[in-house]
Amino acid sequence: MAEFLQFIFSGLTVGAIYALVAIGFTLIYNASDVVNFAQGEFVMLGGMTTVFLGYAGLPLPLAALVAILFTTAVGLFLYYFAIKTARGADAVTLIIITIGASIFLRGAAEIVFDKRFHSLPPLFGDAPIRFGGAAILPQSLAVLAGAVVIVALLWVFIDRTLFGKAVIATSANRTAARLVGIDIRVIVGVCFALSAAIGAVAGILITPITLTSYNTGTLLALKGFAAVMLGGIGSALGAVVGGVLLGLFEAFAAGYISAEYKDAVAFLVILAVLFAMPQGLFGKATVERV
Amino acid sequence: MLARFHRFRLWQRHRLISLVPLAAITLFLPLLSPSAYYYRIAALVFIFAIASVGLNLLMGFAGQVSLGHAGFMGLGAYAVAIGPAQLGIPPLFSFAIGAMLSALVAFVVGRPILRLKGHYLAVATLGFGVLLAIVFANEANWTGGPDGMTVAQLTLLNWPLRGADTWYWVSAISFLVSATLALNLIDSPTGRALRAIRDSEIAARVIGVDVAQKKLMIFVVSAVYASVAGSYFALLNGYITPDASGFLRSIELVAMVVLGGMGSVTGSLVGSALLVILPQALTFFHDYEHMALGLITMSVMIFMPRGIVPSLAAALSGRAK
Amino acid sequence: MTALSAERLSVSFGGVRAVDAVSFDVAPGTVFAIIGPNGAGKTTLFNLMSGLYPPDDGRVLLGGTNVTDLPPEQLARRGLSRTFQNLQIFSHLTAIENVMVGRHRHEATGIVADLLHLPAVGRQNRRTREAATKALARVGIEDMAELPAGYLAYGDLKRLEIARALASEPTVLLLDEPAAGCNPVETGEIEDIIRGIVRNDITVVLVEHDMRLVMKVSNRIHVLANGRTLAEGTAAEIRTNPAVIETYLGVHGTHEAAGAVG
Repeated sequence: MAEFLQFIFSGLTVGAIYALVAIGFTLIYNASDVVNFAQGEFVMLGGMTTVFLGYAGLPLPLAALVAILFTTAVGLFLYYFAIKTARGADAVTLIIITIGASIFLRGAAEIVFDKRFHSLPPLFGDAPIRFGGAAILPQSLAVLAGAVVIVALLWVFIDRTLFGKAVIATSANRTAARLVGIDIRVIVGVCFALSAAIGAVAGILITPITLTSYNTGTLLALKGFAAVMLGGIGSALGAVVGGVLLGLFEAFAAGYISAEYKDAVAFLVILAVLFAMPQGLFGKATVERV
Repeated sequence: MLARFHRFRLWQRHRLISLVPLAAITLFLPLLSPSAYYYRIAALVFIFAIASVGLNLLMGFAGQVSLGHAGFMGLGAYAVAIGPAQLGIPPLFSFAIGAMLSALVAFVVGRPILRLKGHYLAVATLGFGVLLAIVFANEANWTGGPDGMTVAQLTLLNWPLRGADTWYWVSAISFLVSATLALNLIDSPTGRALRAIRDSEIAARVIGVDVAQKKLMIFVVSAVYASVAGSYFALLNGYITPDASGFLRSIELVAMVVLGGMGSVTGSLVGSALLVILPQALTFFHDYEHMALGLITMSVMIFMPRGIVPSLAAALSGRAK
Repeated sequence: MTALSAERLSVSFGGVRAVDAVSFDVAPGTVFAIIGPNGAGKTTLFNLMSGLYPPDDGRVLLGGTNVTDLPPEQLARRGLSRTFQNLQIFSHLTAIENVMVGRHRHEATGIVADLLHLPAVGRQNRRTREAATKALARVGIEDMAELPAGYLAYGDLKRLEIARALASEPTVLLLDEPAAGCNPVETGEIEDIIRGIVRNDITVVLVEHDMRLVMKVSNRIHVLANGRTLAEGTAAEIRTNPAVIETYLGVHGTHEAAGAVG
């Protein structure tokens, strides 16, 4: 029982990160039909930049803030110089562009930072909290709280502000949105910026637990995508649910089946969803008009 | 303009015409008396060109996408490694078994995967490739794990295939053979059907093409090409690691196809040459290899999605586009 | 025996009944037109008959055989072919290559022979090319054979699709708005093409908005509105049918139709 609870805690923690990556994916996908593979790199940049700014002497809160701003800038760059320039390209071309961007960012991180693993001090100390025979790290609670706050803030932004309405309009029908005067470039740019910021925050929160290094982005992007597929591409609720579920599946698979193949779970989920239930839990199936 | 266009099409009419410059290059290079180092590079170029041609058949002609093709290279590579070392199967048979195994895996996995389209297909193939790489890295008892394993030499009728120059001829001739098969296919009923599938699956089906079967067939063919290339790669190096089947390698293959030109067999060689030679030529840029790959991939897809060879061909024939 | 029959075909999409219990019989060697306002379900009906998706209810019979749940590629093998309202051209192929693909079901070489380019393949290519050239000539665009299909004008592309469908030697040809976007001269050419097709004993089922063309060329007309059959009859019967006039033709349309027939 204690073991079971332990897996739930670790599954929820890492699931919260997958959910944040998945939300970032969904924001960008809904606004622009682009599957942004560099999403994982945003998470990596958040953590790594904070770490190295810390080494450089900046107080950690300031380092974190600068890291988030920097990553946001990277997200905007990605949109304006890569995606917007390739406007009109088909889905596969766009996804390969973002893959290229992710490899580029990873290669840059390799050089600017280094190839080792790095950590950050946890927010509330590292004394585990005992609960029902299992132990949960305070940082895990911080991750879960952070994820809830971010999702809530995002929901308020999308649902309650005029700008948020513009984002919804853009997601629904880009041409119509333009016709009513919405500047798509601004909307999509903001979505990229938001996704990057969310990713960066996720990276900073998770680093004290899972450590970070130049190449953690790739696997995160793939798992985030698995979460999106599970939840249903285009659905924000699906992104969150998919992320949490994936984290739980992973934790249970690692615990009860094989720790070595933990990373394979995400891919098996992708393949299973694509074959059995392509629209995911909350997505809608699309029809091709001839 | 139309007249110039027709003249261009005329000498382009024979399907194997592009073999001439390719064969010429093959024969010309050794005349420069290169050292073993350059022979090795050239061999690598031809080896990756074989994989690229196969992927090009799938992507450039049939209009599908595979972001996990290095997985098949890995299957071919580990077949020639594990066969002799762990199962006592001679390298030549292991090579054949690797190719057949890749064909089988492609057949089984391809059937469901090719029902997908666009980014779903892209991610499914990506996932498949990474899964294979994970298996190769984890099953250390068979594969030597993340550090890899040595690969025994291939002996052809008591004649050991070693030495960069030998591998140059083996890979060059294999490339010419694989290019010939690809060029043959293009100018054939199957080839036309595949090219049609790329543009409109619905119209192809309505006209009587069994789209699902054709896609599966070309997926299997391209997997075999990759497997052969992977086996050569392992035998040439005498060593193999899971990286050979990893995500970065799969993206490199896609970059080669797109860079050289989707739908161009010559382009596959050009793309392979660029992506193999550039890192070697700029050795002091070795650290920047990944940044360069990322930058190249992005730039090509943004600015020149048709690739080098088709863009050049269009410019030469005076077409405006 | 009818060339093509629909028996109480019905299909719904997300609660909307796009086609509702539609039935008709098409006599061989005739031109059968399906007309109606936009959204009446004409293209959906075509899609049902060409196997793109299965109906919820009802049957499709081709030459008397039940072909209801067969996919398009199998229908093609039984002699059904069609064109598309929103052109589905193979733009990376040349015009003649587009039509050569139309010959696919008559080509006999397999992938191994193709990879090795055995002599049979060369012979097959030649035969296919000849047949394709003839098909291009039948629609009048043989001089554009070697152009990439993307270079052709809209009107020529509509004819290219017809040539491609003809190359498969169908017994029944479904034409989805062949004259859409065509000027009167081009429409006249389409009319000649259709008459030529029927002279070769091919049955034509036509969805079309151009009333002149419909009235001139059709043996029978089936009127669809809101997914349901409104009326069926000869051109003369339809253009004087009060329900049809009210729903679709309008007074001006009746004059137009009259001008076409009279």
